[in-house]
Amino acid sequence: MSAPKLVRAPAPDATLLVRAAHLLDPRTGIDGPHDVLVRGGVIAEIGAPGTIVPPEGAEVVDGKGRHVLPAFVDPHVHLRTPGQEHKEDLETGTRAAAAGGYCAVVAMPNTSPVLDSAPLLRSLRDAAARDARIPIGVMPAITRDLAGAELTEMAELMDEGALGFTDDGRPVTSAGMLRKALRYQKLCGGVIALHEEDPTLSAGGAMREGATSALLGVGGVPSISESTMVARDCAIAGYEDARVHMQHLSSIDSVRAVRDAKARGVKVSCEASPHHLLLIDRDIVGGSGPEGAPGTSGALDTSLKMNPPLGDETDRQALIEGLKDGTVDCIATDHAPHARDEKDVPFEQAPMGTTGLESAFAAVYTELVVPGTLSLGLVVEKLTSGAELLGLPGPRLEVGAPANLTLVDLERQWTIGEHGYESRSANCCFDGRRVRGKVLMTIAAGAVAYRERRTALSAA
Amino acid sequence: MKHLLSIHDLDREAIERICDRAASFAEVSDREIKKVPALRGRTVLNLFYEASTRTRSSFELAAKRLSADVVNFAASGSSVEKGESLKDTVLTLSAHKPDAIVVRTPWAGAAELVTHWTSASIVNAGDGKHEHPTQALLDVYTLLRRVGSLDGLDIWIVGDVLHSRVARSNILAFAKMGARVTVCGPPTLIPHGIEESLPCRVTYTLDGIREADVIYALRMQNERMHDSYVPSLREYAARYQINGRNLGPRQIVMHPGPVNRGVELSGEVVDSPQAVITMQVEAGVVVRMAVLYEVLAGSRAPEVAPVPTAPTTTPGAA
Repeated sequence: MSAPKLVRAPAPDATLLVRAAHLLDPRTGIDGPHDVLVRGGVIAEIGAPGTIVPPEGAEVVDGKGRHVLPAFVDPHVHLRTPGQEHKEDLETGTRAAAAGGYCAVVAMPNTSPVLDSAPLLRSLRDAAARDARIPIGVMPAITRDLAGAELTEMAELMDEGALGFTDDGRPVTSAGMLRKALRYQKLCGGVIALHEEDPTLSAGGAMREGATSALLGVGGVPSISESTMVARDCAIAGYEDARVHMQHLSSIDSVRAVRDAKARGVKVSCEASPHHLLLIDRDIVGGSGPEGAPGTSGALDTSLKMNPPLGDETDRQALIEGLKDGTVDCIATDHAPHARDEKDVPFEQAPMGTTGLESAFAAVYTELVVPGTLSLGLVVEKLTSGAELLGLPGPRLEVGAPANLTLVDLERQWTIGEHGYESRSANCCFDGRRVRGKVLMTIAAGAVAYRERRTALSAA
Repeated sequence: MKHLLSIHDLDREAIERICDRAASFAEVSDREIKKVPALRGRTVLNLFYEASTRTRSSFELAAKRLSADVVNFAASGSSVEKGESLKDTVLTLSAHKPDAIVVRTPWAGAAELVTHWTSASIVNAGDGKHEHPTQALLDVYTLLRRVGSLDGLDIWIVGDVLHSRVARSNILAFAKMGARVTVCGPPTLIPHGIEESLPCRVTYTLDGIREADVIYALRMQNERMHDSYVPSLREYAARYQINGRNLGPRQIVMHPGPVNRGVELSGEVVDSPQAVITMQVEAGVVVRMAVLYEVLAGSRAPEVAPVPTAPTTTPGAA
C-alpha cells in the first residue's frame, strides 16, 4: 500500500479535438495524419483526418501541418523546492516543463533541507498537489543530507511515494555505502540514480580538463573523474544484481563503460542531457555556437557551466552514438535553475547548472534531427523513455491511454528566450539560439498544462 | 585600444608600440621631477581582490607619473568582505566615474566581465590563473632592452605553469614576438592540453636547458607541496632549480618575483649579472605608464601635447 508515484494539482479534464495532425509515436508505431480526441483524461478516439465529430463543448484545434507527439518525461530536474524558491518553485518549474512539452518530471532531492525523510517527502508532495501543473515524481536522497555516510529510511520513503533514490549533485563516493544502498534496494525497490564523479579527481575544477581549461587557467575536471566511477558502480551493481541509473553522462569512456556493462547483463541505464549532446567545452569561450574557437580574451559564459562539465567533440559524438545504439536510454535535461545574480559573476564563482526544460526539444530537434543525425522517432522515444526507466508507464498515443501528448509545430522558427521563460530562472545554455520546432500545447494526465500565448505577431 | 584584457588581443605591432612608448617614458623616471601631465585630470582606480604589493604599487606609480588621480580599492577590509558581489562593487565604484580601472581578481575572465558593467577602460592586472598581460609586456620590454629582439630566441619557462597566469601571458607574448617557447616543470604542474592551446612545447626535465637563450623561472608556491603537486621543495629544487651548475654563461635569467631563493633560483643566480629581475621591476612602471596611456589617450587625438613621441626604432641596449 504505497502512495501514487506522481502528484499534481487538481486540473479539469480537457475535451479537445486535434484535427488532422501528424501523430507520431515510436511505441505504438503510429506515424501519419489523424484526428485525435482527448476526453475524460484519456485519448478517447483516434481516427482518419476529418472523421471525428467533436463532442458537445469540445475545443477544436487545427493540427494540419503540425505534429502530435507523446508528451515527454524528464527523470532529472531540479525544482528547487523547498528552500530555494528564488530559483524555481513547483509552479514555475512545472509550467516550464509543460511549455517544453513534458507531461511528467522527476525532482531531485538536493533542496534545502535535503529531501531525505518521509515527512519532508510528504510535505513536498502535498505542495505538489497544490502547485504542480503537471505530475511530478520525487527521488529522495540515498544518504542523509547527501553526506554519503548513512542511508535514508528508504523503505518508508518508498511507501510515501518515492520513485527511486539519488544523491544527485554529489557522488556516492564510498563504494561500501553504495553497495549497502544496492543491497537495501532488494527490500524496498526503487532505482538508484547516480551522479558519477570522483571528488579527488574533480576537486577545484570548473570546466572539463583539456585545451580550453589549459588556455584559460581554469581548474579542469578530467573525464576520468566520471568514467572511473561509472565503471566502478557498474561493477558493484553487477555484483549485487541491482538496478542503477547513471545520470547525465558526459564522456566517451563513461558511454563505453555502460555499453560494456549492459553487454554483461548489468541492470544499468543512463541518460544524456541536451547540453552534453549539443555543446562542448570550447563553446564556453566567447558564447555558444560551434564556431566559437578559443583564443579570445576570455568572455566566459556562466550559463555553460554545469556539472558534469561540457566535454569535447569526441565525447559529444559518443553520446550521440550511444543514443543510436541504445547505450544511452534517455535524454534528461538536468534542468538546474539559478537566479540571474548568482550567475552574473566570474565563471569560477558561478554555481553549476543550466535550465533546459523549455529548450530541450527544440534544441535537439534543430541540431540533431533537422540535419539528419537522428530520426524524430528516436528523439521522441528518448525524451519519453525516462518513464519506463523509473517504472512508470510511458506516454502512448493510443485509444484508452492516459492523455499525455504535446502538439508541436516543427516548421516554426523561434529564438530561445526571446519572450523570456516560464521558469523563474533564465540561465539557459541555449539562450539566444535560433531553433526550429515549437511546442504549441501540452496535455498532461488529461488536462491542458500549456497553451502557447498568442503573441501579436503570430495572431496576424 | 579601449582595454587591455589579454595578450590574445594584441598583435606584434601593438606590443612593439607599447614597448616603444614605455621606452620614451623611461626617461621620465630618471628625471628629478618624475611626472608628465599626460593623464592630468584622469582618474585611475586600482581594484584588487588579491593581495598584491608589487603590481599595485607599480600601477599606482605609473598613474601618478602620468599625473592621473589614483584611488586604491582593496577587497580586504571593504564591502567585499561584507559579501558584495563583483558586479555591485564595480557598479558602485563606477559611479565615481573612473577613466580606467585596474583589476586583479582570483577568477579567470573577470576583467573581461567587468567591461560589461562600466564605461571605464579596464586593465587586467591578473585574472585568476588565466592572464597577467602587463607582466608579459614588461618582460618583453625588458628583453628588448637587453638583447634588441626576441626573434629566434629560445625561451624556457620553468616551474609551476599550472597555477601561473604569468606563464600563459608570457608564452603568448614571447611567441608573438618571434621567440620559441618551451615550458618545463614537474608533470603535475604542467596543465593537461597546454600544447594544443598555447604556442609552446613541453618538457619535464632541464635536459637541454643550455640551448635556452632566456630562462624564465616561475615562483614555486609553498602550498603546492601540501596538495602533493610535488613531494617536497627539496626534490623540486634538485630537479628544477636554476643554479651555477646548470646556468650557461650567456643565458639571461628572468623571474616575475618575489623569488624564493634556494628553490626555483639559487642565491648566486639571483645576484648574478645574468639575472635581470630588477630590470623587470623597473620596466613594470614604464610599461604600465605606456599601457595606461594607450587605453586612456592612445587611440584618441592627443589633447595634451607634452607627451614624448615614441622613437621609431626598437630600443637597443640602454
